[in-house]
Amino acid sequence: MRKKTVLRAAAAATAALLTATACATQRGQEDKGTAADGACKGQQTTGITDKTIKLGGIYPLSGPASAYGTISKGVAAYFKYVNDKGGIDGRTVEFVVRDDGYQPPKAVEEARRLVEREKVFAVFQTLGTPSTAAVWDYLNQQKVPQPFVATGASVWGTDEAHPWTTGWQPNYVAEARIYAKYLKDTKPKAKVAVLYQNDDFGKDLLGGFQEALAGSGIKVVAKESYEVTDPSVSAQMASLARSKADVLLNITTPKFGSQALAADAKITKWNPLHIVNSVSSSAAVLKPVGFKNVQGVVSATYFKDPADPQWASDPEMKAYRQALGKFASDADPANQFNAYGWAVASTMHQALAAMKCPTREGLRDAVRNLKDVKVGMLLPGVTLNTGPDDAFPIETMQLMRFKGERWSLFGEPVDTRKEFGPVTG
Amino acid sequence: MSTITGILRADGARAGRTRAALIALAATVAVVGAPFYFAPFQVFQLTMVLVYAVALAGLNLLVGHGGQISLGHGAFFAAGAYTAAVMLDRFDTGHLATLPVAAAGCFLLGLGFGVPALRLRGLYLALVTLSFAVFLPLLLKRLEPWTGGSMGLTVDKPQPPAWSGLAEDQWLYFLVLAVTAFALLVARNLLRSRVGRALLAVRDHESAAEVMGVRLSLHKTLAFAWSGMFAGVAGCLYTWVIGFVSPDSFSFVLSITLLAGLVVGGLASLYGPLLGAAFVMYVPNVAQDLSEAAPGVVFGLLIIAVMYVAPAGLAGLAGRIGSAAARRLPRTRTPDGTHTARPTPSGTSATSADPTPPEAEVQAQAEPVGAPPRTEEE
Repeated sequence: MRKKTVLRAAAAATAALLTATACATQRGQEDKGTAADGACKGQQTTGITDKTIKLGGIYPLSGPASAYGTISKGVAAYFKYVNDKGGIDGRTVEFVVRDDGYQPPKAVEEARRLVEREKVFAVFQTLGTPSTAAVWDYLNQQKVPQPFVATGASVWGTDEAHPWTTGWQPNYVAEARIYAKYLKDTKPKAKVAVLYQNDDFGKDLLGGFQEALAGSGIKVVAKESYEVTDPSVSAQMASLARSKADVLLNITTPKFGSQALAADAKITKWNPLHIVNSVSSSAAVLKPVGFKNVQGVVSATYFKDPADPQWASDPEMKAYRQALGKFASDADPANQFNAYGWAVASTMHQALAAMKCPTREGLRDAVRNLKDVKVGMLLPGVTLNTGPDDAFPIETMQLMRFKGERWSLFGEPVDTRKEFGPVTG
Repeated sequence: MSTITGILRADGARAGRTRAALIALAATVAVVGAPFYFAPFQVFQLTMVLVYAVALAGLNLLVGHGGQISLGHGAFFAAGAYTAAVMLDRFDTGHLATLPVAAAGCFLLGLGFGVPALRLRGLYLALVTLSFAVFLPLLLKRLEPWTGGSMGLTVDKPQPPAWSGLAEDQWLYFLVLAVTAFALLVARNLLRSRVGRALLAVRDHESAAEVMGVRLSLHKTLAFAWSGMFAGVAGCLYTWVIGFVSPDSFSFVLSITLLAGLVVGGLASLYGPLLGAAFVMYVPNVAQDLSEAAPGVVFGLLIIAVMYVAPAGLAGLAGRIGSAAARRLPRTRTPDGTHTARPTPSGTSATSADPTPPEAEVQAQAEPVGAPPRTEEE
């Protein structure tokens, strides 16, 4: 009896395989993308029709970085909101979200799924430096646009071998320059202690900071690093306190940002000007420390904080809150990551609307040709600019200081490209 | 169909051989034909299944047959992957040259790790291996001039030679398939040799094995070395296929995933690693399709479900279903009733390497893994 079963299974498998092989040639043809006619002749139109655009995003919905996963909800809510109003140039946006769990090999798999099976027009967005680095070779080989990646590493804009990839948020070097300029203007003789995360993020920011300080009277007198897996940074803070520096630059991710702020508050003998980088400046980081302990802390930002009452009557913020309530009711509108998703999606909207050809090449060129583009969710004065040799859309930030129960902006938005020149690799 | 019935009518011994040959032929055709049938993306997924299968086969040697536990196999995997990536990136050696170096390097690394295995048992050994898995990514970040730090290294994939006319994915698939087939063959032969029998003896009863003349220290250390070598080879293949390594690719979650994959696939079974690899590769996708909000929860529930339905892993499932069916059906249909009353667990596979039925195996497994360190056998 068993013999028969096994034989039947083998026969069935072989038959199925042969049938399938017969269809294989057909499949091969299906795999080819479509191309445009007319002025845009020969360009790729995969994933775009007169009625639809298909975009795919890869986010860490699970795993250690899943807090960022909610960005996809902000993006999805924006596209639903736009579709509700007729779409982009009459095209409705279909937005496919895949989870990579913040694992590079999974990101590669999902990118291939989006490109080869879902046949998306562009991969918008990939999140995190490791995942983005893992897929950008593939996407550039396939000539699939990878616009506005959700990571601030400076490599996305300085690399010339990947014309299909661009950053979006101010890169870490640009952010470092803002702090350097602020110190140069207000404390030209400052002694700075730095706490930084020992990875590309920490090193990018620290490197940019030191470079921007070159030639000034400001000195970095102490540096301490920590690993993402460390339980706490209190030892590093104690060692930094011994340096008697008058400025502390806090280059951390949220969990460690809270710890460093709390440690600074606890060490009463040492009261430096505390600068916390924008990754750790959200209310979620400051609240557990206690607002009374973080008065006077300085940071920088470029988009409107949805938790800040000063934007409560802002039209874009109203639209955002309404749309989130309607299309993503499980997402918290006060969460900055949702606002981030909204802002980057509306940038994508403008890039798609600016395409000269409705093709992948058209999108690539449009993304690299943004001129003073305004996005409602960004701070007034922050505009997007790119060029053939400039893949950093946002390089303007504004300083803010914590007062009472919220951040208050001060000074003028600073365009770091104008002040310091382009970031080089 | 007429040929098949014809074969069925032929006499027993010949039919058995023809049947085996037919199955082997069908499997070969399916495996070789797959990259021409499936879309490139699916071929890539299949290739990754093969890569994980090699790592799981190594882990199977140690956990399934050796009865020791390792939560650090992701680190061996990473060591192999980085060996290949650094060689390709810094020294521009060919892809094939990376394979023996990764294998040898991880074999030696495994030998080194076999030493704590002599003194520690069960959970204590698991902790030591876990620490290896936790610490290696950090080390890789620190060795920036070699490893590229946390940005990782991007390397070229093996390109298909012009004469083959294959696409990159198909070529990669065949390369990995060849290595995997060879690795599984080595694993099978290893288990049939003295080493394999010694391992089983040590797993089932240490003192008894020692009395029989098995050198405990040698074989426990060797188990780690072989197992590390397989993981290293898998890591090397991974670098070929993905073309990118970074410390974040090899967090200790990878080690846990490998172990989970092995247990789900079936411990101490020859084709359990293949099933486990397919589980690790495909089930997270299924989980995500089922629930976008919490894929992790669905994945976890699926593991629990599998362990409920098939405590001996997916590889033991066929045997369980068979024995359940045999219990329901009257015995009259078989001339030699003894055989169907208790069918061998997994058909053609691990029978020769491991004669114990799956239920007994699981018990043999569960004991050394969770048990406190025994001082000496009473």
